[in-house]
Amino acid sequence: MRWINRQPQPALRALLVALPFALVAVAYMTASAARLAENPQDRILPAPSTLASTAWRLMTEEDRRSGEVVFWLDTLSSLGLLGAGVGIAALLGLAFGIAIGLIPYIRTTLSSFVAVISMIPPLSILPILFIMLGLGATAKIALIVIGIGPFLIRDMAQRVIDLPPEQFVKAQTLGASSTAIALRVVVPQLIPRLIGSVRLALGPAWLFLIAAEAIASEQGLGYRIFLVRRFLAMDIILVYVAWITLLAFLFDYALRQISRRAFPWDGDAL
Amino acid sequence: MSYVEIKGIAKAYARRTIIENINMTVEKGQFISIVGASGCGKSTFLRLLLAQEQPTEGTIEIDGAPMAQEPGRDQGIVFQRYSVFPHMRVVDNLVAPRAFGNSFFGRLSTRERAEERTKANATLARIGLDHVATQYPSSLSGGMLQRLAIAQALAGDPKILMLDEPFGALDPGTKIVMHDFLQDLRDETGMTVFMVTHDLEEAFKLGDRVWAFDKPVWDLDNPEANAATITYDFDARDGGIPYQTLKEETNVLVPH
Repeated sequence: MRWINRQPQPALRALLVALPFALVAVAYMTASAARLAENPQDRILPAPSTLASTAWRLMTEEDRRSGEVVFWLDTLSSLGLLGAGVGIAALLGLAFGIAIGLIPYIRTTLSSFVAVISMIPPLSILPILFIMLGLGATAKIALIVIGIGPFLIRDMAQRVIDLPPEQFVKAQTLGASSTAIALRVVVPQLIPRLIGSVRLALGPAWLFLIAAEAIASEQGLGYRIFLVRRFLAMDIILVYVAWITLLAFLFDYALRQISRRAFPWDGDAL
Repeated sequence: MSYVEIKGIAKAYARRTIIENINMTVEKGQFISIVGASGCGKSTFLRLLLAQEQPTEGTIEIDGAPMAQEPGRDQGIVFQRYSVFPHMRVVDNLVAPRAFGNSFFGRLSTRERAEERTKANATLARIGLDHVATQYPSSLSGGMLQRLAIAQALAGDPKILMLDEPFGALDPGTKIVMHDFLQDLRDETGMTVFMVTHDLEEAFKLGDRVWAFDKPVWDLDNPEANAATITYDFDARDGGIPYQTLKEETNVLVPH
């Protein structure tokens, strides 16, 4: 049988899914054990038990000065910025995407402009944002919006153009105005596409958030990672990285579930 | 009394003329089948009739009024595919003709929507789709989809109904069931219909007239050259060809 026709059995399938994770874990533990055997004071690859105790300490121990658990403050701060940035970018993407995809006048005016804007490397204008908007939350949210907004706008516009032209003709023969077509035909079919695109944009959004936090911040997951780097606190860095990865994975999973439940007429997403 | 008046229509893109010299009058309630080889301007003609595009020459009048510059409520359309809205449940696809033009936002008030849903459910029961009323179109078979699409187009109460190869993708059995369905609806509504089809038997069976699109002159070295026109206007009513009034005993199970 050809390899393209072979399907793993359910039991084997579970094993195969776990395999790459297990390999990475084993590789880490081996390397960590080897380094620690040579030098028990080694900080580069902390033992799994150290990581676990660090994680527990980070998540439960209150800061001596403020009485707060810094880990959760960082998480809240970062998620707030990320949510605001991604939310604003998604709304912009939907609104401008529909306008560009649906209205020829707006398409002519804006599509080249957005195409050029989307080519600006967002991090290169981060200094400008800090100068103009200050070092607070605004500049960081703006960086996320500028980073993923143009991508979402272009993607949404393309999705509108990809809708079958028959639907637009049909809607017109049923008496729909441009607004009615946008709201009743385009928006409902675009929301699941938007969720799909936001899932893809979450990776870059985290990147921009952490970059901005690393450069100028007083709290946040990215800030903390870059702060403890000075003390070579690999255990803390690894816990934070794992936590960010878990959060990102959960968002992705949640968005996929929402899309499936809310839009059963839409085909399965990846 | 002529209902649709087509006067000296021609359509050209850039330097190429696709169709020219089309003069036709259609009575109210007539069923026009449109046949012809690919590339002979059937679809172009349908787009003109839909007001999706404007003719380079000539005019079309429906019910004495000149054609609008864009598709509107005068026209009902059923395409071969993508005719219904995939994101609306079957019943809401039938409510859409009422809702879309109702307000600027294309929405009905909650009370109106409930009323229209009741009416739509009655229509669905009549066309045998009431058991799938709350499902999405993706779960319907090809024949059911086209029945819904035709009912949806008619619910908009158009002046002319256009069918663009509506049964082209259906199997022969379903096709015959759909013919009966269409003939029944037509008897009921007296709708003026234009149907593009590649199936000659279907064209003569359903149509009162069969228009053949062809190029009067073919340039063998350059098949793209020369414009097409309507070369024949067959009378396909009862006397024309004997079998077209037959409703065949199909023994095909009608899905209910």
